[in-house]
Amino acid sequence: MTTSSYQAISIELRHCAKTFPDGTRVLHDLDLEIYPGETLVLLGPSGCGKTTTLRLIAGLETPDTGGQVLFNGQDVTALDIAKRNVGMVFQSYALFPNMTVAENVGYGLRIQKLPADQQKQRVGEMLEMMRLTKLANRHIDQLSGGQRQRVALARAIATRPRVLLLDEPLTALDAQLRDSLRVEINLLLRQLGITAVYVTHDQSEAMALGDRIVVMAEGRISQIGTPRQIYHQPKNDFVADFIGTMNRVQGNISLRRFTCPAGSLAVQADDKEQAELMFRPEDVRVSTELHDDGLQGNVSASFYLGDRTRLLVDIGQERHIVVESAARCELQPGQRVVMNLGNQAALVA
Amino acid sequence: MKPKKLSFALQLIFSLCVCGFLIIPVVMSALAGLTVNYFVGLESGLTLRWIVEVWHAYGDTISRSIGISLACLVVTLVLGVPAAYVLARRSNRITRAFEELLMLPIAVPGLATALALVSVYGSVGEFRGSWTFILVGHVLFTLPFMVRAVLAVMLTLNLKTLEEGAASLGASHWQRFAHVVLPNCRHGIVAGALMVLTLSIGEFNLTWLLHTPYTKTLPVGLADAYASMRLEVGSAYTLIFFVIIVPLLVATQALAKPRTRKFIDKAPATPGLALVKS
Amino acid sequence: MAYVEVLTNAHYLESMMATLLVAVATTVATLVISGISGVFLQRNDFPGRSLLTSLLTLPLAFPGVVVGFMIIMLAGRQGLVGQITEALGAGKLVFAYSMFGLFLGYLYFSIPRTIVTIMAAAEKMDPRLEEAARSLGAGNWRVVRDVIIPALKPALISSGAICFATAVSAFGTAFTLATRINVMPMVIYTEFTLSANMAMAAALSFFLGAVTWLVLAVARSAGGGTVAAAG
Repeated sequence: MTTSSYQAISIELRHCAKTFPDGTRVLHDLDLEIYPGETLVLLGPSGCGKTTTLRLIAGLETPDTGGQVLFNGQDVTALDIAKRNVGMVFQSYALFPNMTVAENVGYGLRIQKLPADQQKQRVGEMLEMMRLTKLANRHIDQLSGGQRQRVALARAIATRPRVLLLDEPLTALDAQLRDSLRVEINLLLRQLGITAVYVTHDQSEAMALGDRIVVMAEGRISQIGTPRQIYHQPKNDFVADFIGTMNRVQGNISLRRFTCPAGSLAVQADDKEQAELMFRPEDVRVSTELHDDGLQGNVSASFYLGDRTRLLVDIGQERHIVVESAARCELQPGQRVVMNLGNQAALVA
Repeated sequence: MKPKKLSFALQLIFSLCVCGFLIIPVVMSALAGLTVNYFVGLESGLTLRWIVEVWHAYGDTISRSIGISLACLVVTLVLGVPAAYVLARRSNRITRAFEELLMLPIAVPGLATALALVSVYGSVGEFRGSWTFILVGHVLFTLPFMVRAVLAVMLTLNLKTLEEGAASLGASHWQRFAHVVLPNCRHGIVAGALMVLTLSIGEFNLTWLLHTPYTKTLPVGLADAYASMRLEVGSAYTLIFFVIIVPLLVATQALAKPRTRKFIDKAPATPGLALVKS
Repeated sequence: MAYVEVLTNAHYLESMMATLLVAVATTVATLVISGISGVFLQRNDFPGRSLLTSLLTLPLAFPGVVVGFMIIMLAGRQGLVGQITEALGAGKLVFAYSMFGLFLGYLYFSIPRTIVTIMAAAEKMDPRLEEAARSLGAGNWRVVRDVIIPALKPALISSGAICFATAVSAFGTAFTLATRINVMPMVIYTEFTLSANMAMAAALSFFLGAVTWLVLAVARSAGGGTVAAAG
């Protein structure tokens, strides 16, 4: 199974909207370009339209009139999924209960009418790649969740599809399994070099797997970017709050200093009367030296999480400031602290 | 512990009595069919004479019944399995109304169906006098059972996702149906088939009103024999009926036992023969 | 108008009443019998249990005529009961051809059907409810009354409805045991064959069907939609 056998293709969605028969507008005019070989993650809360977008790419749904789906520049909008040569991994795996693992994996090859010995060889390769060789003759109901997931993957890539589409493949698994499989899938996608579209509502999954992430809400794209861009340069409130936690403080900026009732600190921003300072919990430096520069507040709660400590600091505004601190932080509720952002660039809105 | 043991014993005896009520006549009639003279009892010896006599007098009814039930099975398979598939895949108002319609044969007495058929087709002489007329009645009666048995199993599968899975691998509509849908309904189809066969072979209410002297079925012959023939002949005839139907019933029971199919969360509610009319 | 006559003619009304009465009696008796046996078989394991269960469900698909014949075997002129009573000196007891015989016939085909449903429902019963009742001091009868019967209620309702519906329209059994029996299916039959009165036969069947459907519908709403899917 050589990676060069995959000729990665580009995918493009032009003016794709989707309205369901009962009138609900699930997707509003969407334009999206997916580069060859990249893993693009569609991320968002349920109902945002990410699965519908995936299904449009797959060919399980057709866009409203005027919408186009292109593979490598070729219009495939009118093609049924059976003709698009995509590999798809479903949330519930969709493994065939009446077939063994080997038969499931080889099903696509059987449809393609590949010669029997070639089928056997390819199936063997797939099973080996996903470490399923010992389970070849088992039936689906004899497999664990993680094993079924790997069978679903093997089956999807056995036919050397042009595109790999994954619809929340890890959602049905428990946390530990999810973590380990996430790594496996990541490695697999890199190894294959295939163009992949991955749908999830789990932001850590998105950050770990995606070359680029598309954050969606209510049928529209909120932002597209690399994980770093999304995290550190969110373009709007939705993205800022959906990924990780974002602290916000109201105040004003003048002469490169942000000032608010709790204190003031240096920022790289122009003067602004009513500014909102936004920063991530892990960018905060906390100290008990009350004469230091920064915002002052009282620790109202401290959560020891094993690998880190999370503090909630009350600075007199409605929302607490969330701070991610070192694990061995000794701060206790009630203590007064000063918070600064060091050299991290805070965001100003 | 004593009251528990007593209660157990009493219930056991009760159940045995009920069992006796049901089974003793079966055994009796089986024996009667093989005894030379019922009044005299077993001392008169065993014989196959009555069975032979039944074969001569009613042999055609036996083969006709078997033939009709097999034809009925074929028709209900061809009509029922696709119908169940459509009902399973599309769940909307129309299909739900249709499912309600499926309830009808249970509510409508066989007599009424027979009357309806006779009043509509009674004048179409050739059809009226042919075994196909009875076949139509049987199909009307048994089709819902086939559909429900298959539908029950289909509803436990996630048909849509399975089919999408097959489609994503390039399968056409026919291939999806043949490779994925049908094999996974095997259980329901077999249960439905057994039910149809059993119901058709034993169907009386409907058939009695539809039959002509040339299109008698086994149960019709039985009624005839009970009324006009001596007890031994009636018993032998019943014995033949048992020999045909008991294996089918045993097979249905064996099939209905809970199977270890873990990937299906709920056990398919295959409607049993508890819906048969008498 | 045949439909009007159905409601006003004494003969028809009489047989409708008789039909309903027998059906009700059958339903009640069947539920009691199947209830006791079904629950017992489901909850106790002993050698021969599955054989006993199989035997009890065997007559499931016997057509009415055969059931009638079974009753004749038991209580007809050469029936077992008659032979026993004769041997005991009480004269030959023959009741196959009476309403009681019909009732027995209906019992015969109803018990196997209801037992299956009841056993299935008994399987799903939570034994902890019973344990809780006992721990609070409930005796056997109270446990049956307050825990077991309510838990089986949906199954009892649904199978009772089917039992009633089948008994109301049972033809084959009545036909075999005929002579003095006056139930609706027989009346319909006579109207059709002897009197060639299609209109009347049709009207009577319609009423029969309507009553049956009504009973099933009521039971379905009371039992929660699993009526005819008795498995």
